[in-house]
Amino acid sequence: MGTHITTQLSTYSQTHSFHLISKPIRVSFISPPHFIGAKNHRRSMAPKDRKPHVSRNPELIRGVGKYSRSKMYHKRGLWAIKAKNGGAFPKHEKKAVAAAPAEKPPKFYPADDVKKPLVNKRKARPTKLRASITPGTVLIILAGRFKGKRVVFLKQLTSGLLLVTGPFKINGVPLRRVNQSYVIATSTKVDISGVNVEKFDDKYFGKKVEKKTKKGEGEFFEAEKEEKNTLPQDKKDDQKTVDAALIASIESVPDLKSYLGARFSLKAGMKPHELVF
Amino acid sequence: MPFKRYVEIGRIALVNYGKDYGKLVVIVDVIDQNRALVDSPDMVRGQMNFKRLTLTDIKIDINRVPNKKTLIAAMEAADVKNKWEKSSWGRKLIVQKKRASLNDFDRFKIMLAKIKKAGVVRQELAKLKKETA
Repeated sequence: MGTHITTQLSTYSQTHSFHLISKPIRVSFISPPHFIGAKNHRRSMAPKDRKPHVSRNPELIRGVGKYSRSKMYHKRGLWAIKAKNGGAFPKHEKKAVAAAPAEKPPKFYPADDVKKPLVNKRKARPTKLRASITPGTVLIILAGRFKGKRVVFLKQLTSGLLLVTGPFKINGVPLRRVNQSYVIATSTKVDISGVNVEKFDDKYFGKKVEKKTKKGEGEFFEAEKEEKNTLPQDKKDDQKTVDAALIASIESVPDLKSYLGARFSLKAGMKPHELVF
Repeated sequence: MPFKRYVEIGRIALVNYGKDYGKLVVIVDVIDQNRALVDSPDMVRGQMNFKRLTLTDIKIDINRVPNKKTLIAAMEAADVKNKWEKSSWGRKLIVQKKRASLNDFDRFKIMLAKIKKAGVVRQELAKLKKETA
């Protein structure tokens, strides 16, 4: 385990006799668990659970323990375990390994080595929500057909997008998904406790799957298109229920309703990097 | 034409550059032609270049380099804080700070208030015009 290094004897040690002079100084490679003695006790732990023992060999510096190997042997009581077992360290029989079923040689060896893709342990999770965005925050939408609209944040969906509503009666923004990057969070909060948003998820907002129609003539297509343009009634009802509770809490704050109805715009002299939202 | 605000021990100055920007400090000693020893109830006494200071009208009565307790007592006696906040310079700074900290909602409310006020003023003006016409 260790390499033997003979040190150059200094004049001091030549004149003064040490018992160490004849022995070469052994330097062992630092393999911390064995040398320092930490967690070696797994071997001496009985099958029933014992508290994992902290190292009996305090660390002087990283990689150097206080006690030598022989001292640690004595401290750990390996001599006692051997004595109990009649001179040798107790050996447990190896568990019989069930013979693995005989593997057939593969039918096909590719000509060139096939590269294995690297292991990827990343998990998909929703985008990290900014600390300033909490349920009930008034957000300013910065892009899309509703740019500039001030809107109430409801919750973050599993895809990471934010579920948002105008409310529809106040500014025409329906229940809608919005990306966090296209939004400024203001510090104004609306009380959202009376609103139940459990039923809304990404599937609710997904595009409806069209049944495959046979390629008919021109008239066929026009008829289909007209049907799709109207919103289904249950979505309108969802909007009404969500907004009813919201509008009640909005009207309790003076000027908040007209605030949400107005669009945000930069005027002369406004410096966005200096504005507090 | 002659100077009115002098660098002297006890002169209150406003810091206009650096870590302590915007603080009111007292000149407690003059180090050399360019630097003063400066102190304030909420900072450790230290030197500052005169270029970083803007002198104010306020002066307090202290000896050269008083200890913190004496300094605070002298500032209370001279009522520096109130004098500053009542002065037009001090009031301007307070308004600037308030405007900088306004919320988006606050700015909206201020806009509504301004429009309302302008409306009332215009009505009165129209009334007065009608009377004199």
